Amino acid sequence: MSDLTRAEICAVACADAYRDNGEVIASAFGTIPTIGVRLARHTFSPDLVISDGEATAVRGTWAVGGPAEGDVEAWLPFNQIFTLVWNGKRHITMIPTQLDAYGNANISAIGDHAKPKVQLLGVRGAPGNSVYHPTSYWVPAHSTRVFVPKVDMVSGVGNDNARAAGPSASRHHDLRMVVTDLAVLDYEPESGRLRLKSVHPGVTVEEVVAATGFELLIPEDVQETRLPTRDELELIRTVIDPRNLRDHEVRA
Amino acid sequence: MTDKTMTEAEVVGRLRSGMTIGIGGWGSRRKPMSLVREIVKSDLHDLTVVAYGGPDVGLLCAAGKVKKVIFGFVSLDSIPLDPHFRAARQTGAIEVEEYDEGMLQWGLQAAGIRLPYLPTRAGLGSDVMTVNPHLQTVVDPYDGETLVAMPAIPLDAALVHMNRADVHGNAQYLGPDLYFDDLFCLAAENAYVSCERIVPTAELTENAHPATIRIPRLLVSGVVEAPGGAHFTSCAPDYERDEQFQRDYVAAAKDPAQWQEFLSGYLAETTDITSGATS
Repeated sequence: MSDLTRAEICAVACADAYRDNGEVIASAFGTIPTIGVRLARHTFSPDLVISDGEATAVRGTWAVGGPAEGDVEAWLPFNQIFTLVWNGKRHITMIPTQLDAYGNANISAIGDHAKPKVQLLGVRGAPGNSVYHPTSYWVPAHSTRVFVPKVDMVSGVGNDNARAAGPSASRHHDLRMVVTDLAVLDYEPESGRLRLKSVHPGVTVEEVVAATGFELLIPEDVQETRLPTRDELELIRTVIDPRNLRDHEVRA
Repeated sequence: MTDKTMTEAEVVGRLRSGMTIGIGGWGSRRKPMSLVREIVKSDLHDLTVVAYGGPDVGLLCAAGKVKKVIFGFVSLDSIPLDPHFRAARQTGAIEVEEYDEGMLQWGLQAAGIRLPYLPTRAGLGSDVMTVNPHLQTVVDPYDGETLVAMPAIPLDAALVHMNRADVHGNAQYLGPDLYFDDLFCLAAENAYVSCERIVPTAELTENAHPATIRIPRLLVSGVVEAPGGAHFTSCAPDYERDEQFQRDYVAAAKDPAQWQEFLSGYLAETTDITSGATS
């Protein structure tokens, strides 16, 4: 598998975040997490519920960038999604513009909130998502621009802020995984700080540290991110992403 | 029974400067754009706009109609960011109240059922609490948990665009998602519904389940027949988003002269541009 790409490794790492998740809505932003959740459902997490991007849950495995194909199994308009978010039956992967050592994520604005230097989307559902159900992050370009000491607007709530806000905020708060184009990170349970879990093949720990703008916890046994199986690769290349959109998100 | 049909101009004639106006739809989907254009043409100013925002917010910001936006996001869906909303924010031209999307829903829900607030966990631990210093928490009297008391967001007026309606204001959506149009109407002192086609009441259920008539006339003060009224946003199944037009909207924002040209063309648009162009 010498032609294996970084994008494919990332897609499988995103999929692995959805292992043993049971029956939850698997929501994903970005091409590679989208490939990941479809791969996870097609293989090791068959009970995941996946939206067509509009208002229905569709059971099937279809290509990214194309229309959903499969059986419509539920109607999930935004009103219903909001209810299920607060009910907890969802695991989302969002793309943070900034992310700090405790997993606080900013998707709202850069700079002073009253007059931002760069207006982004707004907090969207991130405050609610992060205190109500499992949340993971996908960072397509791991750099000190994204991994910052302090985010400008806490949209997705990090472990420190959830704890500080008390039990009503931390009760269902559950930050899971951060997948980047260089590595997979998780959270050290005691401190709630981001730690390096594995580096992708060909990436060194030093590279990850240099691309992170805060002190990343480095355990003694940093693994190498697992490689896709032959079946997973086949599925990605021929069914889920035959047009190779993944390479637009993470260069080979 | 009351015939509530009116024109866009008549709706806007009932609005006043300084009002809080909720706009239905979601991002660049089923926005009451013909009503929004009519506001752009009017002398209204200092509006507070409440929306799951798209080009409605952008257009009103560009026209200088907006004092404040109460929002969770502003996005054009297929194009992530609206250039006019960005410009208004980055020049400090507008105030904002930024909430989590679910908090916004809760604010409308509270207003709609005449409660001062509704409790939620959403917002806790986030900077939504910091940038909105008026937000208070409340202690659950049963369990002692501290929750956000999301205040009601009462609207002076709501503007929504539906697929069909009758002259009395019973309004129907035929697309995949109602979004929160029912809540906007419920939260408003006066709700105005534009629609692709006004039909006899009986026709609403000829080929559709009664569940699609999600806005009852009880909540509606005026009905406008506006074929193509959501253009260039989507209004499935009557028409999809006009992606090329949306790209032009974004491109024109880069240059004031180009924007004026785009705007004059768009404002002159009559509400029949896409009639018959269903897909």
